[in-house]
Amino acid sequence: MTSIYSEIGLKAGLEVHQQLDSRTKLFCRCRSKLFSGDPIITFMRQLRPTQSELGQVDPAALFEFRKGVRIIYEANDESSCLVEMDEEPPHPLNREATEIALTVALMMKAKLVDELHIMRKAVLDGSNTTGFQRTCVVATDGEIDLKGKIVPIQHISLEEDAARKMEEADSIVRYRIDRLGIPLLEVATAPVIHSPQEAQETALAIGQVLRATGKAKRGLGTIRQDINISIRDGALVEIKGVQELELVSKIIELEAQRQLGLLEIREELERRRAKEKDFKDDFRDVSAIFQHTECKIIREALDQDKRVFAVRLPKFADLLGRELVSRTRLGSEMADIAHFWGRVGGLFHTDELPAYGITNEEINKIRQHLEAESLDAIVFVADNLRNAKDALKAVIRRAREALKTVPEETRGARVDGTTRYLRPRPGAARMYPETDVPSFRLSADRVEKLSGCIPELPKVRISRLVEDYGLNTKLAKQMVDSEYASLFPMIVKESAVSATVVAVALTETIKALKRDGVDVERISDTQLRDLFILIGSGRLAKEAIPEVLTWLAEHEDDEGEEAIEALGLAMLSRKELEIAVEEIVRENTKLVEDRRMGAAGILMGLAMKRLRGRVEAKQVGELVKKQLKKLVG
Amino acid sequence: MSTAFSGYKRRVARILEKAGAEIGDVIQITRENDVIEGILIPRSGSNDAKHVTVKLSNGYNIGVRITPKTKIKKVGTGPKPAFTRPPLPKQSMDLPKVVIVSTGGTISSRVDYRTGGVRPALTANDLYSVVPELSEIAVVDTDVISNLFSENVTVKHWRKMAAVIAKHIKKGLAGIVVAHGTDTMGYSAAALSFALQNLPVPVIVVGSQRSADRPSSDAATNLIGAVRAAAYAPFAEVAVAMHETASDETIIFHRGTKTRKCHTSRRDAFRSINTSPLARMKNGQIEMLLESYRKRGAYSKLILKPNFNEKVALIKFHPSIDPNIIEWYVSESYKGIILEGTGLGHVGRYCFSKIRDAIKNSIVVGMTSQCLWGRISMNVYNQGRDLLALGVIPLDDMLPETALVKLMWILGQTDDVEEAKSLLSMNLADEFSRRTRIGETA
Ligand SMILES: [Zn+2]
Repeated sequence: MTSIYSEIGLKAGLEVHQQLDSRTKLFCRCRSKLFSGDPIITFMRQLRPTQSELGQVDPAALFEFRKGVRIIYEANDESSCLVEMDEEPPHPLNREATEIALTVALMMKAKLVDELHIMRKAVLDGSNTTGFQRTCVVATDGEIDLKGKIVPIQHISLEEDAARKMEEADSIVRYRIDRLGIPLLEVATAPVIHSPQEAQETALAIGQVLRATGKAKRGLGTIRQDINISIRDGALVEIKGVQELELVSKIIELEAQRQLGLLEIREELERRRAKEKDFKDDFRDVSAIFQHTECKIIREALDQDKRVFAVRLPKFADLLGRELVSRTRLGSEMADIAHFWGRVGGLFHTDELPAYGITNEEINKIRQHLEAESLDAIVFVADNLRNAKDALKAVIRRAREALKTVPEETRGARVDGTTRYLRPRPGAARMYPETDVPSFRLSADRVEKLSGCIPELPKVRISRLVEDYGLNTKLAKQMVDSEYASLFPMIVKESAVSATVVAVALTETIKALKRDGVDVERISDTQLRDLFILIGSGRLAKEAIPEVLTWLAEHEDDEGEEAIEALGLAMLSRKELEIAVEEIVRENTKLVEDRRMGAAGILMGLAMKRLRGRVEAKQVGELVKKQLKKLVG
Repeated sequence: MSTAFSGYKRRVARILEKAGAEIGDVIQITRENDVIEGILIPRSGSNDAKHVTVKLSNGYNIGVRITPKTKIKKVGTGPKPAFTRPPLPKQSMDLPKVVIVSTGGTISSRVDYRTGGVRPALTANDLYSVVPELSEIAVVDTDVISNLFSENVTVKHWRKMAAVIAKHIKKGLAGIVVAHGTDTMGYSAAALSFALQNLPVPVIVVGSQRSADRPSSDAATNLIGAVRAAAYAPFAEVAVAMHETASDETIIFHRGTKTRKCHTSRRDAFRSINTSPLARMKNGQIEMLLESYRKRGAYSKLILKPNFNEKVALIKFHPSIDPNIIEWYVSESYKGIILEGTGLGHVGRYCFSKIRDAIKNSIVVGMTSQCLWGRISMNVYNQGRDLLALGVIPLDDMLPETALVKLMWILGQTDDVEEAKSLLSMNLADEFSRRTRIGETA
């Protein structure tokens, strides 16, 4: 495996972003809590690109602004204040979050900076009300130990999380600002990872360290990875927002494959002697050809007084439709790019036609109209003049790039590990000082104090779980990897339930439920603790754990008591249990006669099924045997 | 070397000087156990002389502690920042003419990334480069008369503003925009309301609450609204233009004598008090909110009365205030005192004798309320009736700050105490409203 990737010169770097579970947000004293339901206030803003430190304006940002994008923000009172609305200057940096960040830095043997400087990183998509994200480096030059291989950590920084995008339509984007300002720890590795497998292991190892602090938030979206990937002759591509750790290796494999595919297209274009100068912004109105079209999309567009514009891509035939990786063709890449620059809903290209009700006759007419030769492809869009022009200009730009190189870009991860074009990569110089928050010195005292209470590293922790709690190594490892790692000792201590039972529930059971589609992220720590206290006090059987968890996931505000009631899981008394077992034995007299003591297993199964979750298996076993002995002597 | 402006002090300044390192240079800092390389960045605000700020290659700044063993070496020159002006928009010359008189504040500034500070946009072209939309609204000219934080604005500057505005109006134009810091913008707007009489065109005073160095700044939206109103609004009054809400949706115009900054940081910090705002702008359309207003073009000739007398004080009454404060003003030959009394217009009886002395010494004394909302009524209680008997002039629903500015202006026009008193009670620039609307509340 590794050799293939070293052959193509794969280089990857990871940026792991982890929400911290501090009491309040990074620059205000709001709680870090998302809300559902209707917002109590909405407000509209427009962001205006400002010049960077070096006097440049990000062209993509400027373009967005000229299109007049309006951003609607939603807020409620509990999770946001005037700071998130950008109506009040930021408060001083959250101390608790800073200490968590410093602790992580110490665990990764990084060098703490002497003085923290808060920076503004320009972000113009509306996800930050200010138009920038506040961020600061807390340490540099750390390392993460990957079973002997050391992966260097370039920097560890503390930043504010962005607002949540709720909706995007035409030129309106809707964001919710509850998430804005939640402390986010960023751990960035050097781009020295050379295989997808190694990337996955690195991500896992970083995640373990973060969780070891006991201050990492958990649940969907609380950890997000960005991956930088390049291959030899390819380009640096940044893939954003990978929420599932398990996807890291797949994404890298697919991206390497995508870049290789693009390089093959480049070679093919070279063979076909495609020339950059032949790609012209020569857009033709071909609406007349579609006067009587059967194509619904075009029909609707024409009815709304939109027009169809086409452009010729010399020597591109068959290349737009060629599959790079699943769900990705150069044609679909161009469609995403056209959407970004021209806000068009989609585009048609001759490689995928005839289809969508567009006939061969119509295609031939367009080909004639554009004087296309057989090796040429044609791309067309149906929209108003301005959008169509912006879209086709972007298509031509992309086609020209295809002759030369793989373009640098920012892509978004899909849940299946494929990615799609998001936007051009932002320029380098988009950081400037946050003048509203003073810089902040780390005293030697404070560093010393923090150094004195560093949480155990995962390896140490695993062996301690084995020794102190009697878990087997596999389970101990799973427990350390788990989001519930810090909850585990607390539950064992307060519930007196066997450590293995707790660990299995918090790892295997929860994983299995998640696979079955149960929204386990919604179960709160309090609910979990409460559940085990009920088991420990003998009021609930441990066999009922999966059922109760499933119920709790759907009843956020309720606790174990309610689950017991709703599910009819109240434990049977010894007397009730005896009666029930007797009954089952009586119903199966034939079986008992046939198999004598050998019937115990089957009877036990029947009893457990009937009394599911309301009895302890051990007790049932004892009673079944007792009854059998009585009957068969 | 240039560290004089860089914020570096004492020992660190000397080390940098010895290394020959200037702001923007790439430096290498060698310490006991590490080496850090980055661009030397200016330090701001602190008296610290132990740290150097550098920009790392990833764009982040960090502070590096300098110990006696630290060595600094200059290893290169960084990219020199420069303000590259985007291509100027085309100006169509048949649009109305608007002059932006700039006094300072974040509204008329752009960022200087070298220092992280802001500096004024000096010319129309500077402004166009930051807010290109202006060129589609009006032919804009700029006149920078000062570059002040608004807390540094004084009576002297009001006089200058009024005179410069009058000069431009006499040359003929569609309207004036005054760019101003928001802290004392309400005072200046009131001052212009009295100093510029029979206005033929609107004078729009505009500020911003978020500085222009952030993409979310309200400066551009407010400025566009102000220029549009100056060019096209049907009213010819002094008005303050700011956000109406937290949204970039509407710009609201407050009458210069009836408005006040009521919030430290929100975009909609300004409120009209005891009256409705004058007008609202949405999607570039102006809607009048008051029925009675001074119409554009009703007068053809402006009357300029730019003189103010600084010998007027605004005294906020509070429990246990020392009445000798009033005596001090008398001894300093003050000509007027505006009292910001409690509730309906009261001060403690222990102040009465000093107030009586002041009035005997030909000081004009007016009463306003620290409640801001509502009007005073000094006939309801004995305390009030006695103050009236002393000769205190009740100022109805006038804002305390407006009353101060008005009395300064009156005493800049006349030395006659009786005339001054009668002018103080007269409605000159809509500083009084005759009715308190039902919906009028804080
Ligand atoms: Zn807040």
